[in-house]
Amino acid sequence: MTDVSAFIVQTLLYLAPGIVVTLSLVIVSILLGLLMGVPMAVGQVYGPKPLRALIGVYVWIFRGLPNLVLLFLFFFGIFPILGITDDPFVVAATVLGLRSGAYQSQIFRGAIQSIGEGQMTAARSLGMSTPQAIRHIILPQALRIALPGWSNEYPILLTDSAVCYAIGVAEILAKSYQLVSRTAEPMAIFLIAAVIYILLNYGGMRLFAQIEKKISIPGFGKGAL
Amino acid sequence: MTDAAFFTEVLIPALLKGGVVSLQLIALAAPFGLLAGIAIAIGRTYGGRVVSGLCHGYIIFFKGCPLLLLLFILYFGLPSLGITLPAFVAAVIGFILCNGAYNSEYIRGALLSVKEGQMIAAQALGMSRWQAIRHIILPQALRRAIPGVSNEFIYLIKYSSLAYLITVTELTGAAKIVAAKYFAYFEAFALVGIFYLILVSIATVAVGVLEKRLAIPGFSGK
Repeated sequence: MTDVSAFIVQTLLYLAPGIVVTLSLVIVSILLGLLMGVPMAVGQVYGPKPLRALIGVYVWIFRGLPNLVLLFLFFFGIFPILGITDDPFVVAATVLGLRSGAYQSQIFRGAIQSIGEGQMTAARSLGMSTPQAIRHIILPQALRIALPGWSNEYPILLTDSAVCYAIGVAEILAKSYQLVSRTAEPMAIFLIAAVIYILLNYGGMRLFAQIEKKISIPGFGKGAL
Repeated sequence: MTDAAFFTEVLIPALLKGGVVSLQLIALAAPFGLLAGIAIAIGRTYGGRVVSGLCHGYIIFFKGCPLLLLLFILYFGLPSLGITLPAFVAAVIGFILCNGAYNSEYIRGALLSVKEGQMIAAQALGMSRWQAIRHIILPQALRRAIPGVSNEFIYLIKYSSLAYLITVTELTGAAKIVAAKYFAYFEAFALVGIFYLILVSIATVAVGVLEKRLAIPGFSGK
């Protein structure tokens, strides 16, 4: 029995830096995606036609390509051509972020469109400019509506981050693969890795549920209707 | 070799060959993934405490475990238990297990959206519980689950690329091999990207048509 627990502790210690890398990857890319997703959603709803079309093409490409193909394209193709950096973590965070931005823009777009058009008209008639109305009237409501869908990005990015192993990011899967090649205990180590992912998934979802509760407007939510 | 010849004689033929493998992976995994999804959804919704709990556990594990890790477990892990699967088989099984877990969530939602009174009415007419599920509930629920399930199908097309990482030379693998041999990474991955965009776009149109075809006239639920 002590052998088993010693093995588990050793494995966890070895994988710990990978957990940090995975979580940093997820946090950086979800924020990058947020930074891109909100303006893209606003652009797609209120922007001029060419801009809307451009955002549509961006979303089509980044949602249509497999994560792995995008990682390879950026790591072996685009980044070396541009000569920016060859740090796998930077490439991975960029790709996951760009991709998540495409998905997030559609979540926010749906939320913006779910707000009655009359609100924009009312805000305009009160003398607000369109950008003011978007910033002060539409977005504060839309972002709250979008939160449940948006928090789904976390488990998606968490599981997608494992693919970044393929370009050499030292995240959980890469660390467990290294350990497997040393100890020849593939099943046990990969199962421990799976449990880590599931716990991270669960913990993250709990956190998002808390945030959702915190920022909801009292008397103005699911319960109020 | 000229640039044009590289595309027409090396890259495109390799990608077409890999594309066939990708399509085989998808065509084998999709129907069984749907069946698994239906079975798990029924077990979770109508099963007793034990069956429902097991199905819930299944969903938690296979939705929480990254697909790539699952493929590693099947391909690198199982041999230590004396089960050695060819890479292609391991990939298909992995896709089915994962696809089934996600499908089951959509199907469960659809099952629950069919009003409870229908089950009671069917049983009042003398149907057994299972008959009612099979003839009354499922035909309605499956139609409602189509948007979610077809979304998962499109995810499956993209996720099939992960098979390359357990040595299946499908579309992405074919591109990687050519890219490394001729040092043409950008060309190979840009073109393979176009291949995937075409596949995904065809699939999107096809599931839209399917959804319309399967709709019961005058019973759209809208």
